[in-house]
Amino acid sequence: MYLRSPARASTVLSPMLIGAGALALLASALIAFIFFVVLGEAMAALGEIGLWRFLTDASWHPSSGEFNLLPMVAGTGLVAAGAMVLAMPLGLIAAVFVTFYAPSPVATAYLRLIELFAGIPSVLYGLWGLVVLVPIIADLAAPGSSLLAASLVLALMVLPTIALIATMSVRSVPLERIQAARALGFTKASTMVKIVIPSARKGLAVAAILGAGRAVGETMAVMMVAGNIVQVPESIFEPVRTLSANIALEIAYAMDVHRSALFVSALVMIAFVVLATALLEFVTNKQAMPDVHPD
Amino acid sequence: MPGKDLESEIRHGHHGGNVMTVAQPCIEPAAHREPERHLWCISDLTVSYGEVIALSSVSLNIKENSVTAVIGPSGCGKSSLLCCLNRLTDFIPGCCVSGRILMHSKDILGGQIDDTRLRKQVGLIFQKPNPFPLSIRRNFELPLREHGIRDRQEIEHIMQSTLEATGLWKEVKDRLNKPAHQLSGGQQQRLCIARALSLRPDALLMDEPCSALDPISSGQVEELVLSLRERYTIVIVTHNLSQARRLGTDVALFWLRDGKGTLVESGPASQVFEAPRDDLTKLYLRGAIA
Ligand SMILES: Nc1ncnc2c1ncn2[C@@H]1O[C@H](COP(=O)(O)OP(=O)(O)OP(=O)(O)O)[C@@H](O)[C@H]1O
Ligand SMILES: [Mg+2]
Repeated sequence: MYLRSPARASTVLSPMLIGAGALALLASALIAFIFFVVLGEAMAALGEIGLWRFLTDASWHPSSGEFNLLPMVAGTGLVAAGAMVLAMPLGLIAAVFVTFYAPSPVATAYLRLIELFAGIPSVLYGLWGLVVLVPIIADLAAPGSSLLAASLVLALMVLPTIALIATMSVRSVPLERIQAARALGFTKASTMVKIVIPSARKGLAVAAILGAGRAVGETMAVMMVAGNIVQVPESIFEPVRTLSANIALEIAYAMDVHRSALFVSALVMIAFVVLATALLEFVTNKQAMPDVHPD
Repeated sequence: MPGKDLESEIRHGHHGGNVMTVAQPCIEPAAHREPERHLWCISDLTVSYGEVIALSSVSLNIKENSVTAVIGPSGCGKSSLLCCLNRLTDFIPGCCVSGRILMHSKDILGGQIDDTRLRKQVGLIFQKPNPFPLSIRRNFELPLREHGIRDRQEIEHIMQSTLEATGLWKEVKDRLNKPAHQLSGGQQQRLCIARALSLRPDALLMDEPCSALDPISSGQVEELVLSLRERYTIVIVTHNLSQARRLGTDVALFWLRDGKGTLVESGPASQVFEAPRDDLTKLYLRGAIA
């Protein structure tokens, strides 16, 4: 907007401005287009089956006309939550470690390594999970392909993202604040716990939400280790199926209402992502450091 | 409030006036004190940051329960000296300290000292007020809890008494749960002093505590320092020579010689200001007066 007010800037920049505007418009149009395609495809099932039956049917057996999505919603939620429970503390510890404890060559090497990990294709994580993790878990409790396996693989996959964002937010805590604490006789550990982490909590929330968004959407690696049985798991050793795996597994042969019902599960995933984004918006608008937090 | 501000401004004579009336106490407290004791005995202290030698073999004794004003041009190692006295130098990457600093006859540069306890004993006030971005109450609660005081009533009591001692209680007692950052700069600085005092330290180090403040606020901080100087050992860095005269019972002048910070002269304020021994001191004092 402000680019328009100075007369010269506007004449120089206007082609660029128009171009950028057009691109932005195109991008949002594309997203809207995707959304409406999904919605359009889902309409048939929503009309024929009705929203209610997606929650109350006996199970998910499209061939026998049963369309309960709840096991997959639970699967997605549990796998993502499990991944976050594992990845958040690790990411946070990694961030604090590289910023405040590691000698700088170690810290640099560590960050490069994490960046490298962030670039590994998900199918490789899946393969690793399949040949290493699943057999180990199978030794503990059959069949091995399970909620736990999926959460572990996902945790590993989202860890680089979380650790990088957490590192950035921990690094941006003002030095004066840390020195103030040290000068008041805070130990290093309690400076971290009482000052650094609360100060960085906005960035940490962003890390958590972006990580969770990725965990919800990840398909390939999860599909390879989760077992993909439609059920609400009763323990972490039981197989689960996620919404995204459900789509990937069935879209190739699904027809008619079944096909349309898969688009309904896509809508649910979109809802997850919108929820995460809204949460992000909410969190980033909060104050910099919480006033009341437990010791 | 405005009446008091005005009063303190007049008392401290920011227009160059009655400096002497305030500088007087530099003789007075000594009269009823024991023979002088030193809180810190610094010998052969050298501080370097890589190539830069911030302080080069400094030997200086700092008297207990008095105000030592540290003066000298920018970059001569004044802040570095303060950071040695509470071992904040430990956290400055590349900072190398050698020499000996005896405090209560223990070498605080040695490994055996509990540096966390040392920092509780020796408060540091920074140039820029740095309360935590929390409520005023939390600013006391957090450090007190860190040092094992968890009783709510005790915390309240300590907070109130130190806020009273710093003259801040009346100004903040109705807004203890409001963010400390909503206070004025001067109030924030006095809050930081109160926060340091709440840990019952023996000494306060102040690094240009008034340079970010307006004259009235810095007058209040000065008044506070005067009121504290019989109970605490205070080392104050200042670029303001008249402030050094008003507050200091002792003075140490540092200078940058061959790119190294060195101690030029130190002694009782009356002697350094009235009868400086070193030519540099004479020039510096005269130059600043002119
Ligand atoms: N963290 C640091 N890293 C590298 N050099 C430093 C650091 N801190 C201080 N120095 C250097 O050490 C010397 C002394 O610095 P110091 O801050 O002690 O001076 P000062 O007398 O307090 O100056 P001022 O009056 O400007 O505050 C300066 O040359 C400065 O550049
Ligand atoms: Mg300084």
